[in-house]
This record gives sequence, structure tokens and C-alpha cells, in this order.
Amino acid sequence: MPAVTDVRLSRPARVWILVLALLLLGGGATAYTLRAASGRQTGAAGASVAGFTLDAGRPGALHVRDTATGRVARLDPSAPGGRVAGGPACDRFHAAGPTALCLVRRPGVPARSYALVLDRRLREVRRVALPGIPSRARVSASGQMLAWTMFATGDSYARSSFSTRTSILDLRTGYLVKNIEQIPLTLGGRRYHAPDVNYWGVSFAADDNRFYATVSTGGRTHLVEGDMKNWSARALRENVECPSLSPDGTRIAFKKRVSEGPREPWRLYVYDLRSGREHPVAEGRGIDDQALWTDPETLAYGYGGAVWSVPADGTGAPRQLARGATSPAVPR
Amino acid sequence: MYLATTGRRGAPPAPSRGRRRVPGTVLALGAVSLVTDISSEMVTAVLPLYLVVGLGLSPLQFGLLDGVSTGATALVRILGGATADRGGRHKQVAGLGYALSACSRLGLLLAGGSAGGIAAALAADRLGKGVRTAPRDALITLHSPPEELGRAFGTHRAMDTTGALLGPLAAFALLYATAEAYEAVFAVSFCVGVFGVLLWVLLVPGRRRPEGPGPSKAPDPRPVEAAPRARGGVFAVLRSPAYRRILLCAALLGAATVGDAFLYLLLQRRLELDATWFPFLPLGAAGVYLLLAVPAGRLADRVGRRRPLLYGHGALLLAYGLLLAPVPEALLLGGVLVLIGTFYAATDGVLMALTGPFLAEGRQAGGLALVQTAQAVARLGAAVAFGAVWTASGPETALVVALVALAAALCCAARVLPAAGPSPTSLRED
Repeated sequence: MPAVTDVRLSRPARVWILVLALLLLGGGATAYTLRAASGRQTGAAGASVAGFTLDAGRPGALHVRDTATGRVARLDPSAPGGRVAGGPACDRFHAAGPTALCLVRRPGVPARSYALVLDRRLREVRRVALPGIPSRARVSASGQMLAWTMFATGDSYARSSFSTRTSILDLRTGYLVKNIEQIPLTLGGRRYHAPDVNYWGVSFAADDNRFYATVSTGGRTHLVEGDMKNWSARALRENVECPSLSPDGTRIAFKKRVSEGPREPWRLYVYDLRSGREHPVAEGRGIDDQALWTDPETLAYGYGGAVWSVPADGTGAPRQLARGATSPAVPR
Repeated sequence: MYLATTGRRGAPPAPSRGRRRVPGTVLALGAVSLVTDISSEMVTAVLPLYLVVGLGLSPLQFGLLDGVSTGATALVRILGGATADRGGRHKQVAGLGYALSACSRLGLLLAGGSAGGIAAALAADRLGKGVRTAPRDALITLHSPPEELGRAFGTHRAMDTTGALLGPLAAFALLYATAEAYEAVFAVSFCVGVFGVLLWVLLVPGRRRPEGPGPSKAPDPRPVEAAPRARGGVFAVLRSPAYRRILLCAALLGAATVGDAFLYLLLQRRLELDATWFPFLPLGAAGVYLLLAVPAGRLADRVGRRRPLLYGHGALLLAYGLLLAPVPEALLLGGVLVLIGTFYAATDGVLMALTGPFLAEGRQAGGLALVQTAQAVARLGAAVAFGAVWTASGPETALVVALVALAAALCCAARVLPAAGPSPTSLRED
């Protein structure tokens, strides 16, 4: 056994101290764990409550993920609490046209995530199992094209960095691209190869073929325009993340990194595809979300555990739409 | 006889050329590392989940939180080594490092959702790790007979890796049991870390007594009076030509080591492996490392530490080759993982065991820190260069370049690395 030197304690004394410490620390750890565990309900599992469908509310009603229950909720001023949280349990949600997309994560070793494709009555029509943590979900306006981004850990060559996996699912053909990072990419006019390309935050155009997304490589982010039929992508512009194409297809709302530090590095901007100009919206806080166009002039996004909205043209002020909520969606 | 040549005092007589026990201090150091690695790997495993799911931070913000640059870590490592050497304060300096890392878990708990707080806690953890590594390895050197250093380092590294394998399992089991209470993981990690610090305080011997056998049963590798006293700064170790050669080789071989994560990435591409299983690739290699660390150390003691170090890099060379060769998938997967594990087993502790005997009394921690830092910085450079070649001309070309570079580095190292242990006079470099 180990030998003594400067700590002048006999061996039995040291053994007793260690046993005592083991009991105390073990007891403390157990007590903390039990206390932490008792305060939580196991995540709301399963499907939506009967009668809760995308058509049940008034047309254009805002849907969110209700933080308290983990379920999809419809905002309804007449309901108690201002919302009906009867939807499926999701970590990230979006819906458009006849389709809803629900990303859920189930704990375990390794943790698994699922992308659930739901119809308007929120019944499951397809399920894709994927590793990673749900991050972004988007359904095209027609409801035919779906895309989602999972944050993957443990597979990056630089330990502290992240990597993302973005998938695209075409419901018309059932064709699924699990990871779009092999798409031929043109950057700066040249075909680009790199081990560190990561895509996230897809937004589809009305033709269900063109899409916008962010690609990150070499520590920079770029806005890319992708083409499903030709299976190609080209970078358009630097420092654009989580693009969201306006319903008329002329503007892109995105988050722009304005500082390097870890504190709120992003601001919400709108880029005009025709003029090539960008402007910030009237939201001074750090927004980290893929914005949603609730109408042709208004953006909705999550901030600080609530859903907010702001005019897209840079005027006005942010307005809180729902507290205790994330993942805004307006199924039409 | 061993005893006559090493000057070990108060040690039990060795059974004739059979297995002698690993020094108790080395086992104690291994136990501390095991416990501390459980604590730190618990946090590392769940941190991304906590940031993204628990706090709702963007995954993209995650990279920003790692505020400590490699340069800062290198500086802290050398400073830690130099401070520990002054007056033989290995125990105090490394203990400070362990305590800093343990307290960083408390920082994570207290930081709540604040990104700045989390970044500070992570920085404290990284700095603690930087401070403690070299003094700890110096203690292993100080408390093992020089001819058994390989086995001592092998034992320590095997225990260390065991902790690294157990940590994530413990963390995910906790998350599963508590329905994702991340605070519980941090709290348990803190308790485990504190226990590690306590083990350190109670079981690891501190300043060695300059005279007399005293109550210490810690084996004394060299008669204290024979060792030249350290003078000058950390860089005084560079006056020894043999040490300079080891340092050069560590940097050279490091600069041709592209980083195993790249190899896993290439493996995944070749096999089109389901991404779910990706995190298990490093675990496979770690398992091999765990099994081979002690045998590799013993081999190093028997045949000299130079050869295992070269063979280990040879294993890495084979792994590169295997990734380029048209071999069946099962062979590729198994072969690459076994080769990476072998590479670590035959090089990581062995390099320290090779370096230790060349360092003068009172310069071990600084000397080891310098070698570790040279290797780490060279590897970082290699990773950047490999990424650049990959970007410019694709993964296969990059791998071929790495293969050629490693073969060249290996040839140089075979010529440059000092063959035998130090003669008594080589220690008196000034």
C-alpha cells in the first residue's frame, strides 16, 4: 500500500478518513440525485390528445412547443392559460400544408432521436431514427419537402467543436437524404472539398426544389442555395446562419454573427435577394433561432424561453406572443 | 541484483526476476487518475446534451465556449512543471490542479444557464488538467525504480483509461435514472472529483526526505546525494543532449500524427458506418489501450523504451496503410481500432518512461512538461495541416501525405532517439 510522507497520519487514520469521506460524498451525491430526480416528471410520451389536430383551431393560429408539458400547443385566447397543449410531445416542431414534423429525443446509451412525420390530424405516417440532438425542423409550404438538423456530438476531430447532420425527406417520392453534407458544393466559384463541412437550417422555396441552408467550413458560415433535382449547392454570401425564406421568395431572414464571444453573438437580419442588401430587424437581443415568417411582413422566433415577433422591415419593436414556448409554427 | 544497482532503500527484497509489485505510490497515483477521469469524463460526455437540450443554447454556440487556447494550456503546463520542480512541490502543484478541476464542476452547477459562467468553468477544468499532468508524471518517475518505469507508467495509464471508460457510462446511467437531471451529473461528478483530491492528499507522498530511510517505504530510485541539483530555469534541461534528442523526436513524431479523430472520420467514410455507433469507435481503441498498456510497459522495461516507441508509431503507420488498402470491412474496422489502441499503449506512457531517467533530480516535472507540450503542439499543427491538405486535395491524398510524413519521421526517430539509459555522468550536464 502507499507510503506516507508529509501527512503525518497513521494508516488506519487515513483509511477511516477515506471511508468517512466516501460515505459523506456518496451520501451527498445520492441525496442530490434523488432530489433532482424527484422534481421532474418523465417527459410527456406519445401521441396527441384525441381531437387535437392542425385544423381544430381558427385558421392561421400560432402553434408552439409548450415548455411546461413538452407538447405541441395551439394558442387560443379562449382556452385556460391561453393555449391548448394537446399535441404530440416534441423537442422541435414545424408544420405547413398537410404535414407536421416532430423531432423527439429518447434518452439512453446512446441517446436516439426520431423525426416523426405527421399528417394534419397528427397521426404518424413515417418515422426516421437518427442519432443526435434535435436542433431545427422545417416543412416546405406545400408540406411535401421536409428538412431537419440534428446536432451530433462525439464525432468531430476537434473535441470541443460540434457537428451537425441535416437530412432532407421528399414525401412525394419517399426519398430520404440522411446527411446532405456530400452534396457537391461550389464556394467562391470553385468546387469545394473539406472534412469539416456542416450544414444546418434548411428553408425551402415554393417550387419544392430550390432550398437555402447554412454551410459552415473553416470557421466561417455561408448562405448556400441548393437544388434538389441537380443535387448541387453553391455558396452565395458569408456570415448567414439559419436562413428562412419569406413566403413571396424575395427575402431571407437569418441570424448574423456580430461578435465572437459566447454571449449572445447573433442578431436577426433580413437579406433582400433582389437588391442584395441586408438590414437588422428592430430586435437588439441575441437571437439564436431559425426565424419563421408568420405573414409576409412579420417574423416569429424563440428567445429566452418565449416566442416573440417583430416586423421584418426593421421598424417597430419586439412583441411577446407566448411565454414558456419555443418552435413557433403557423400551419396553413 | 536490482537492489544493488538502484539504491532502493527499505524496499522488500525482490523475488528473483519474477513479478515485483508496482510501487504503492504509482497505484495511488493511478487510483487518483481513475477517480478523476470518471469525474471529468462524466461531464465531457453530457456537456453537449446539457448545453443544447438542458439550456437550449445553440449547438453552434458550443464551440465558442471553449475559451482556453492550446497556447494557454501549453504555457500552464510548463509553468506547472517548473513550479513543481522548485523545492519538490509536485504534490502541492498537482493537487492544486486536481482541486481546480473538481471545483470547476461546482462552477458548472452555479453557472446555471450563463454561457460566460460555463465557459469559465470549462477553462478552469482545462487549466487544472494542464497544471497537474507533468508533476504527476514526475511523481511516477520519482517513485519507481528506473528499470521498471515502463511498467509503472503502463499501470498508471491503464487505470487512467479505465476511469475514462467508466465516466461516460456513469453519466448516461445517471441521466437515464433521473430523467435528464444534468445538475445531478455535475453534483455527482463534483463529489467524485473531491474524493479524488482526498485520495491525492492522503495517499500520495509529498516532499521526499533528503536523508535517512525514515518512515517512507517509497522506493528511492537514486541516491539523493548523487543527483545534481537543479539550477537555472525550466529550459536548463535542454543542456542534456540525450534529452534534446528525445524532445526533437517527440515533436517530429507528433508532427506526423494526424489525430485519431481524423482516422475515425475516415473509417466512418470507408465503412459508411451508422452515425449512432460513431462515438463507440474511440471506446474500442481505448479498450485495446487499456489491455496493452501494462504489457507494453513491461516490454519497454525489458527491451529498452526506444523500440516500443518506434513500434507503436509503426502501428499507427499500419493503421494509415490499412485505411488506404482495399481490405474487407470487418478487418478494416478491427484492424484500425487495434492499431490505434496499440499505438497509444506503446507510446504514451513509454515516452515518459524513456524521458524520465534522462532528467536530473529536481527537473523531472519541467522536463516531462516540455516533452508533453512539444508533442501536443506538434500534433495540433499536424491536425491543422492534415485538414488543409484534405480541403485542398481530398482525404486520400491527405492520408498518403501523412503516411509518407510518418514514415520519414519514424526513420529520423530511429536514428536520433538515444538507445540506452543515461550513464551516471550524463545526468551532470552542467
